[in-house]
Amino acid sequence: MLIEARNISLDVPDMGHQVLFGQRRKLRILSDVSLSIERGETVGIVGESGSGKTSIGRTLLRLYEPSEGQILFDSADITHMPQAELKPLRRRMQMIFQDPQSSLNPRHTIGAILRGALTLHGLDASEPVLASILDRVGLPSSALKRYPHQLSGGQRQRVGIARAIALKPDFVVADEIVSGLDVSTQAQVIDLLKGLREEMGLALAFISHDLSVIRHICSRIVIMKAGEIVEEGDTAETFRSPKTEFTRTLIAAIPLPDPDPAWLES
Amino acid sequence: MSPVIEIRNLTAVAHTIPILRDVSLTVNAGEAMALVGESGAGKSTIAKAVLGILPPAIRIASGEIIFEGADLLKLPPAAMRELLGVRIALIPQDPLTSLNPARRIGDQLTDGLRLRARMSRADARAKALELLNDVHIRDPEQVLRRYPHELSGGMRQRVLIAQAFSLNPHVIIADEPTTALDVTVQKQVLRLIRQLQRDHKTTLLFVTHDLGVVAQICDRLTVLYGGKVLEQGATSEILRHPQHRYTEALLAANPRYDQPEHSLRPVPEELIAELKREISA
Repeated sequence: MLIEARNISLDVPDMGHQVLFGQRRKLRILSDVSLSIERGETVGIVGESGSGKTSIGRTLLRLYEPSEGQILFDSADITHMPQAELKPLRRRMQMIFQDPQSSLNPRHTIGAILRGALTLHGLDASEPVLASILDRVGLPSSALKRYPHQLSGGQRQRVGIARAIALKPDFVVADEIVSGLDVSTQAQVIDLLKGLREEMGLALAFISHDLSVIRHICSRIVIMKAGEIVEEGDTAETFRSPKTEFTRTLIAAIPLPDPDPAWLES
Repeated sequence: MSPVIEIRNLTAVAHTIPILRDVSLTVNAGEAMALVGESGAGKSTIAKAVLGILPPAIRIASGEIIFEGADLLKLPPAAMRELLGVRIALIPQDPLTSLNPARRIGDQLTDGLRLRARMSRADARAKALELLNDVHIRDPEQVLRRYPHELSGGMRQRVLIAQAFSLNPHVIIADEPTTALDVTVQKQVLRLIRQLQRDHKTTLLFVTHDLGVVAQICDRLTVLYGGKVLEQGATSEILRHPQHRYTEALLAANPRYDQPEHSLRPVPEELIAELKREISA
């Protein structure tokens, strides 16, 4: 296993609860979650808003430190590893964000954005290297001189992907990376991600609220509700015969583009 | 069937860039018509033109929007204000930015009833309770006292639906009303809109990018690309037998969990190039 979470729980201070002295009450947003991803494997993490799907992704990357449990990355225990020790591992674990509009610095050119990621880890950030990275995500090298606002939404998301793969990572968390995109652009970005996964042997955690997209790209699926995993299994099998009522309801709530007068009433 | 809204040869530009190109469409009484397309297709622009709330940068170059015998584009602002909320209402996309964060739900819901229907404070409050009941909000007394941030996204969207239906308008324009919601909540909200629309015999103009949603709640649909109408007709007919290659491509791009091999296909680049030539011609 490349990345493994063993019984992790995550507590955050409850900001809705005012206290005068002492510590705030804790709110448990992940409880007893276990999850592992192999090299080359894509696991879909799905759930409704507030289910904890984004938190699990961020905890796997140690952007959050779990309150309980253990996280192993390539057999190293990173659960409470200090930032200095984590840094060399950070190159190998990357994140693609939902909204490239807000995750790309608007005052930096695409070239500067990619260069920043590479030089942070002491890697070669020369022009030809940057151009070849853009080429891998299907963008022309002329994009290096552009600013994020000069690109379309699909192109910006390609830059987000480029920044993540520039460091040749082993593990990537993709958090709702196609939700803001038009369907045709969505299909292109998913195709790109599939290609890169095969080329680079990436372990991918694909977080989405969209079960239909998950069905296309993930071999395994994890369904979350209120900070817990309610169901886990092979994607095709889970769609064919969901084990829980919750999953059944989620699937049945997706409107298909076939008019069905009974669907709304069901 | 009698037409309620007739858009004739509507052309709009932003500076010199065409936004709508000779758009004609008719929405008949009591039906739900979908405007479908990707970003930049012009679907929201059409909705905003009907509501008379186009941003200043967009200018109508030609065409007319006939509603109840008058051209909405020629109506003086005062007459348009009389119409909005009363004869034509809107269900907006984002319930958090569409509700005033500093005012209680009850005050916002009774504004229209008191100012437009000239109801007394007590009558408006009773009507507001009835409306919240209609949109299946439990404990409406409590909700009237709440601020928007104290409600969930689904609840806020229900409040906006109640508000849109409050003065029993002839036409409701729904602009991506379920895009921000979880699927299970989306289904409940769609069911609610459809049910209210049938009960009140409201005419619905539904803007969306989601063909799945269209299939389940709209009688007819209009497919747009780059500000141009590509195809129009009965939903069941078009979704089963799309006549335009773009509609077909859009259906193939739509991710379907039941057909993983035959969906989520990018729209072919040569088709996009062809469309761009076609619309600018």
